Amino acid sequence: MIEVKDLHKSFGEAHILKGITTSFDKGKTNLIIGQSGSGKTVFLKCLLGLFDYEEGTIAYDGKVFSQLSEDEKRNMRAKIGMVFQGSALFDSMTIAENVMFPLKMFTKQSKSEMQDRVDFVLKRVNLEDAHKKMPSEASGGMQKRVAIARAIVNNPKYLFCDEPNSGLDPKTSIVIDNLIQEITDEYQITTVINSHDMNSVMEIGEKIVFLKNGLKEWEGSKDTIFKTDNESVTDFVYSSNLFKKVRKMYLEENE
Amino acid sequence: MTYLHNIGAYFLMIAEMFRKPTKWSVMKQLILKDIDDLIIGSLGIVAFIAFFVGGVVTIQTALNISNPLIPKYLVGFATRQSIVLEFAPTFISIIMAGKVGSFITSSIGTMRVTEQIDALEVMGINSLNYLVFPKFIALMLYPFVISIAMFLGILGGMAACVYGGFSSLEDYITGIQTDFIPFHITYAFIKTFVFAIALATIPSFHGYYMKGGALEVGKASTTSFVWTSVVIILLNYLLTQMLLSQ
Repeated sequence: MIEVKDLHKSFGEAHILKGITTSFDKGKTNLIIGQSGSGKTVFLKCLLGLFDYEEGTIAYDGKVFSQLSEDEKRNMRAKIGMVFQGSALFDSMTIAENVMFPLKMFTKQSKSEMQDRVDFVLKRVNLEDAHKKMPSEASGGMQKRVAIARAIVNNPKYLFCDEPNSGLDPKTSIVIDNLIQEITDEYQITTVINSHDMNSVMEIGEKIVFLKNGLKEWEGSKDTIFKTDNESVTDFVYSSNLFKKVRKMYLEENE
Repeated sequence: MTYLHNIGAYFLMIAEMFRKPTKWSVMKQLILKDIDDLIIGSLGIVAFIAFFVGGVVTIQTALNISNPLIPKYLVGFATRQSIVLEFAPTFISIIMAGKVGSFITSSIGTMRVTEQIDALEVMGINSLNYLVFPKFIALMLYPFVISIAMFLGILGGMAACVYGGFSSLEDYITGIQTDFIPFHITYAFIKTFVFAIALATIPSFHGYYMKGGALEVGKASTTSFVWTSVVIILLNYLLTQMLLSQ
């Protein structure tokens, strides 16, 4: 579980995060949603320790990140898996080497043990024949799946995904969403996803945190988001006519 | 103010770079890869330039010595002094600032732009140590490149001198042996060692701390070449003043 209390972050004069308090539950897919400029990416980077913040605390299973020593922070980060928006695969390595990288850095496994684990996770993301390909030879969807494989290869306790569906077609997006949810359930990890994609919100949003202007405006789940009367949330989530109709139908059915 | 900030950030980067690596076995592989990329990969161009510039230095010297009272062996002497004292350590370092420096800046800068450095940090890996330290160690072999440049420069001078008919082989060999001061070689290698540190760290700094996209990677490579060259020229002056002036 990740608990965030009164988080403030500024860049010079610009106050980006204005006191966010929330929590992300273990074994659930937690989504952070909000308009561009609402502070989602900054929030995610604060959670990951890539940005320092002025006030507030972030605690991973009760351990406040900012109070850890540098070594403890590095050990904590070894338990984090991250899927970046652009996948961030190491372009000088093959797909198998990319996936093996966290094992090489943080475990004392033999080469055959590492190879077995890489085979297993690549099979898990349906990429059993892609070992020797370079990232540049893989499609966007494949790159995302490799990034997920790399993120889970070392059995992380926390999985972060920044816009995992960006640049993907709707069918591949659903494959990625389902994969993330299955992995979260299977390994009981705390998954936090930063997303713009309303399909993801409806499909896998077991917990949803809605940010607006650096503040938490609303939080709930994919079920409660249909019923909310928070105008900011409904304006954002149901901005398209299709989603407006879906919501109307859902509410009529559940009346 | 920006310059002061950057100088401070540069030295903090160097301190961070020397922290303990996450895993030595991986670091060894990275060092070997960087030796291949930065040292072995530069030998061809260095050999080519050294040989032909050595020849040009000899021809220029020979053509400017028209007085019959000046001995012919002076061509070899002047070539040796030019190549050992300045051409090999300094001129080759400026070329390496372009070749190796821009490679370092663009490769690290691209990793920054594509979030690969963030990926390393999120995993708990000291990215400065992982990316810059192997390059630093690889470039400690840079004096080896310069010794090859010295040898080939003098060899190129000999070929140009003998086959161009400017003086005999005996005169040239007498020239390169005349008034040889071993400390000049030490001086050249001290300079080379200091330049190697600049070649590894300044381009890394410009790549690691760059902001923006693909266009900025190109700009960072250019800026890194300019600053590496400026620092090499300034260090050259300071070291020459300190080591050779009485």
